[in-house]
Amino acid sequence: MKNWDSLNLFHHYVLQIADNTLILGQQLCEWCGHGPILEQDIALSNIALDLLGQSRLYYQYLSESTGGKFKEDDFLMYRDARKYRNSLLVEMPNGNWGTTITRQFLFDQFHILLLQKLSESSDQRLAEIAVKSIKEVKYHQRFSAEWVIRLGDGTQESHSIMQESVDELYKYSCDFFVSTEADQYTASNGICASPIEVEQLYYTNVNSILQEATLKIPEIKKPIYSGKKGYHTEKLGYILAELQYMENMYPNCEW
Amino acid sequence: MNIDADIRKVLEAVTDPEIPVISIEELGILREIVQEKNSITVFISPTYSGCPAMDIIAFDIKKAMAEKGYQNVEVKYQLSPAWTTDDISEIGREKLKNYGIAPPEKLMQNEKGLFQNEKNPSCPRCNSENTKLISLFGSTPCKSLHQCLDCQEPFDKFKCH
Repeated sequence: MKNWDSLNLFHHYVLQIADNTLILGQQLCEWCGHGPILEQDIALSNIALDLLGQSRLYYQYLSESTGGKFKEDDFLMYRDARKYRNSLLVEMPNGNWGTTITRQFLFDQFHILLLQKLSESSDQRLAEIAVKSIKEVKYHQRFSAEWVIRLGDGTQESHSIMQESVDELYKYSCDFFVSTEADQYTASNGICASPIEVEQLYYTNVNSILQEATLKIPEIKKPIYSGKKGYHTEKLGYILAELQYMENMYPNCEW
Repeated sequence: MNIDADIRKVLEAVTDPEIPVISIEELGILREIVQEKNSITVFISPTYSGCPAMDIIAFDIKKAMAEKGYQNVEVKYQLSPAWTTDDISEIGREKLKNYGIAPPEKLMQNEKGLFQNEKNPSCPRCNSENTKLISLFGSTPCKSLHQCLDCQEPFDKFKCH
């Protein structure tokens, strides 16, 4: 049995970031072989691979900073939904191409701003991971923003599908900016600025692209729950069931 | 400490499993070799965080060293300074082109806006400048997909990173 209570606020802070990239990467993998055309299928798999690679860098760091008490895989395989710290947006289902693109867009715009802050972190390792990740995320950000504009400002049908997706998903972006104890701890100890500092810039950037895509910006209704605090929708349970299935059935299996 | 020239020679011959014509030295990911009495530590930098070739490269390094009789070889990943395509040597670029992959241009000074593309790479087969971008994401994380409008051949480009 792992004693998850032994994790400190710094660990929780890293989990907030790592779990986002893991869960979104895992979900994007479902598109492999199902994309609308080959090139876009490949694009999503590429993005998934980047995100999973980034999450590994964080989990490896966590493993080291807990003195090896937790292995990299323990963080993925032996936490239930309540212990996951990802934001609600990334656990929303893939839906159609428009839903996936909208979710990706809302995440990428946050991800790049977060990484820019993180690259200035006083924690050297986090800063290094951020600098590495920014190079990759710039491509993601461009891909999803171009698709939002192309589809939003596209045909009547693509526009209405995109508007539905934005209406459904926009509110979940608020969860990025929920301030947790872990955020407060890292901000007050100068490890990294709180994500709240990029909130305004985030909505400026997101809204300007939505406008360019001729999409209406929904009103913000803050969700009651916060994934960052471990309060998730039931959807995360399904994702974890699949993610952890093999390890549960065949503990420590290797191939 | 001076690194045994033989060790360097062994390591310089290890190639990228995805692009077997280019060595890890030419690719710029071979960062440091630390030789101690009874062990050798090789530092390499990942190209992309999720690049599945990294584990194979680490394995190939150990294998190549073992074949020359070097035991106790450890391979470590070094994140900083982050690898960039500017680290690819001139010889490496030439080899990429001859292999059919357009080499990356030097790192962009100005960020391009949405829907604006870098200058199209010239076709590695017929050298035509008349090419188009098909997708920024290609067969591996490090490549984008292009097509030559003269010889019509599709080709990969090592993308700026």
